[in-house]
Amino acid sequence: MKDKYLTVTALTRYIKRKIDLDPHLQNIWLKGEVSNFKHHNRGHMYMTIKDEQTRIQAVMFAGHNRFLKFQPEEGMRVLIKGEISVFETNGQYQLYIQQMEPDGIGALYLAYEQLKDKLMKKGYFAVDRKKPIPSFPHHIGVVTSPSGAAIRDIITTLKRRYPFVTITVIPAMVQGQLAAESIKNAIEIANNKKVFDVLIIGRGGGSIEELWPFNEEIVADAVYNSAIPIISAVGHETDTTICDLVADIRAATPTGAAELAVPSRIELQDKVKTTQRLLQAMMKRMIVHKQKEVERLKHAYAFRYPQQLIQEKEQALDRHMEQLEKSIKNYMANKTQKLEHLQERLLLKHPLKQYNESVKSYKKVIQLLEKAINQSIQRQEIALARNMEKLTILNPLETLKRGFAIAYTSSGQLIKTKDQINKNDQIVVTIPDAKLSCTVNDVEEK
Amino acid sequence: MSKSEVSFEEALEQLEVIVNKLEEGNVPIEKAIDYYQEGMKLSKLCSDKLQSVQEKMVQIVNEQGEVESFDLREEE
Repeated sequence: MKDKYLTVTALTRYIKRKIDLDPHLQNIWLKGEVSNFKHHNRGHMYMTIKDEQTRIQAVMFAGHNRFLKFQPEEGMRVLIKGEISVFETNGQYQLYIQQMEPDGIGALYLAYEQLKDKLMKKGYFAVDRKKPIPSFPHHIGVVTSPSGAAIRDIITTLKRRYPFVTITVIPAMVQGQLAAESIKNAIEIANNKKVFDVLIIGRGGGSIEELWPFNEEIVADAVYNSAIPIISAVGHETDTTICDLVADIRAATPTGAAELAVPSRIELQDKVKTTQRLLQAMMKRMIVHKQKEVERLKHAYAFRYPQQLIQEKEQALDRHMEQLEKSIKNYMANKTQKLEHLQERLLLKHPLKQYNESVKSYKKVIQLLEKAINQSIQRQEIALARNMEKLTILNPLETLKRGFAIAYTSSGQLIKTKDQINKNDQIVVTIPDAKLSCTVNDVEEK
Repeated sequence: MSKSEVSFEEALEQLEVIVNKLEEGNVPIEKAIDYYQEGMKLSKLCSDKLQSVQEKMVQIVNEQGEVESFDLREEE
């Protein structure tokens, strides 16, 4: 009884075998819309493919998705080739995608547009990144197939236009799976050689698949990173590849690239000839011009009438002299006026006035002094008179009038004491109205 | 600089400089004559260089990265 029960694993394996054996489910062509797209770190892509009614889980392993020419996006309508199998872990059937391309537009076209957008954003097409092509290159490198029509066109054109240039072919595969890598390597080899001043990259016309390597990102990177200016010429006029857009100049065809790379010898010869003629013409014109100038000077007024020239100068001299005199006069007048003015000012400040003032005040002081002295004299006179009166009163002669007499020795000394007198001395006695000569008869002490 | 050392490019450049100077017109006549003579010499040099075509060899880089001479294969 127990044996009737299956394990889940056994059932799932049974279903898986059923499905895997069904030839219809092993080769599915499916169309639908991408949703829940996830590109896993390890390289596998997981998504759901759906239509209006239902959906199916799908996986595209790295081994398959690396050949995708476009980046699957949410909501994108796709055409898928793949198989159905069961993912045992989840017990879920799912679609294993082998190939996928966009529905409606071609996968390559879509991939082209996507890469163009991406590189545009990275600035790969910016005009200010474009390197100038030298006018007179010495050594041109050509990255292309050594056996194609392109190399023949390029070499023929270069030699015809400008035989002085050295040409080196750096061979590269220009179609197929390995072409992009090969072109990239050739560009790097050319850069490492450091002898080229221009690179031409290109190939002749072909289908979009044949031209495809020139739309690969690694080629775009190599062109962008090249130190050598690159002229790109892929296919015909109507084909514009990513390589053309990144290159410094795009030529319509390989022949066109060769024409852009070098100047034409014939044109240069013409240019040199034209320049030579221009040089001669200019020289001739210059000489004629100078001759005319010499002629003109020879006939100049001054040469014909030199006297006139001197007269004119004399007149000018006179005028200058007049001018000089006038200005000297003016100068003198000016100075004289200034002097007078100063003198006036000086007179105003003359010391006489000050002197007179001083004299006046001096006199005033003298008067005061005189007055003071007079008063003082009067006072003294009065005092003198008073004293004279007193003196008169005290005069000894006045005493005589009152009957007293004064006696003098013979030598004229006033006799005040007996010691001055001896007996028989001659003495003089004065009375108010006479002098009496007397002889001392006796000296009697009192 | 001797004649043989001047490249076509330099000669043409110098020639243009001379023409420009003369075109400006304010060059003294003695100087102008010098320029003119130099200019004629340079233009002859350019002309000679353009005439004397020496066929240059075309080269190819082989797989060893060496350079060898290259002949265009005739059309198959």
